[in-house]
Order: sequence, then structure tokens, then C-alpha cells
Amino acid sequence: MGFFKFDWKTQRWNLIVALGAIIGGYIGANYLSNDIAVAINPETIDDLKTLGFTSAGSTYLPSELFDLSALTNVKSLILLSMGGLLVGFGARYAGGCTSGHAISGLSNLQLPSLIAVIGFFIGGLTMVHLIFPLLF
Amino acid sequence: MRTLLYLIIGILFGITMFKSEAASWFRIYEMFKFESFHMYGIIGSALLIGIAMVALIKRFNIKSIYGEKILFIPKEKTFGRYIVGGIIFGLGWALAGACPGPMFTLVGVGYVPILVVIAMAILGTFLYGILKGKLSS
Repeated sequence: MGFFKFDWKTQRWNLIVALGAIIGGYIGANYLSNDIAVAINPETIDDLKTLGFTSAGSTYLPSELFDLSALTNVKSLILLSMGGLLVGFGARYAGGCTSGHAISGLSNLQLPSLIAVIGFFIGGLTMVHLIFPLLF
Repeated sequence: MRTLLYLIIGILFGITMFKSEAASWFRIYEMFKFESFHMYGIIGSALLIGIAMVALIKRFNIKSIYGEKILFIPKEKTFGRYIVGGIIFGLGWALAGACPGPMFTLVGVGYVPILVVIAMAILGTFLYGILKGKLSS
């Protein structure tokens, strides 16, 4: 069966769960939270401020990438686009993402999932430790 | 009825992703800096419950709530696609600070730029579909 021969009817539940995830985010942020600032490690906050992320420690997401103003900032748009492209392509190629491999796959004791999770960490560590200093 | 159940599961997932802060770019960065137990605690506890549930379902042949057999399909035993695909995914995970599930949660929270990430992730999936035949497994 070809990749693009997609049976929307039998896969409809995927979209329903995604819709639920959107509603859940809305409920969590608007009805179940007072302050959504993320209290990360103070050392991490210092690191991020050195890199130029001024909102570290006081917001849920970095304002440089996720405030509305990011939509008119070329650098932010390129970084968001690259991030999305890599996640989408990588998740398909690896046959799963964090939940598909790190949680469901490992729960079923699948060696391929362990290989994928090791890949996730090689990629993530490379990005944060080697590429971020070049980008920010 | 099934639709409602899937919707409820999605909502619970969304609330959990938001409230656990697994949908926070900052938590992902902190995880890759090894400066907190937070993300390891979330993934680790989910994994422990997952291992126990899968083992129980297999051991006692537990059926789904619709009375259907629950199937666990083993993954193809190759190496290349998992390590290469995994590395590509990891690079994006750290950069965008979100994996596919939390991306939708962040739409609900109201972060408009995450729509750019989602659109490009869909494009990435599309590119995979085009290149599939040329990639090693």
C-alpha cells in the first residue's frame, strides 16, 4: 500500500484525539492554572539568558520563538520551520515519536524503539550543546 | 460513542501535556542539559505504567472495552531508519521544543507560531512520503 493511499475513515480517530489535545491545552491553560511560568533550574535560566532567551523562568514558552511577533521575525520563522520539518520527517522515518517509541514501543520491550530513543538523544544533545551556540 | 471516547482521551492527554509542562520548550532544553529530573520523571513513570499494562494485557489476554483482542505488532527489526530517523527527530525536538502531541496542545493554549511548526511537520511527513523509496530501512 502506498504512503499516500490514506484511508481517512479508519484513521479518523487520530484527528479526534488531536482535536482533544487542542481542547485539553485550552482547558489546562485557562481553567486549571494560575501562573503558567515554568520553574526550570536556575542554572538553566542563566544559560538561556546568556543565549538571549530573556523570558526564561517567567513564561511557558520562549517569547523569542512563540510570541506573535515571531511571525514577523525571519530568524524565528526559519528556526520554527526547521524544527517542524525535522520533527515531521524524523518521526515518520523513525516510525514513531516520543510517545510512539519512548513510551509505547519501550513498554512493549521493542529493541527498534530503544535504538530510536538513542537517536532522539543523539539528535537532541547535538542540537542543544553543539548547534544552539551557533544559532543563538 | 467511540468518537466521544477518543475526544475525552485527547482532552486528558492535552491537559496532562500542558500541566506536566512536557509541552514547554524550556523543559525540553533543560532535559537535554541534564539539569533536572522533571522530564525523565514524566517519561519514566509513563514507561513503568506502560510496561506493567502491556505485560498484564498479554498475560491475562485482556480485551479492549469493545471486546476486541488487543494486538501488539512487533516493529521491523532493522537499524538504519530508527537511528537516522531518531537523530533527525531529536534535532527537531530540541529546536522546536515540542514533539507532535504537545504541538496540538500548544495550539489550544493560544500560541499562534506553533501553527508554523505544525505546518512544516506535515510538510516533513509529506517529504518522507515522496522520498520513502529512496531511503534505507
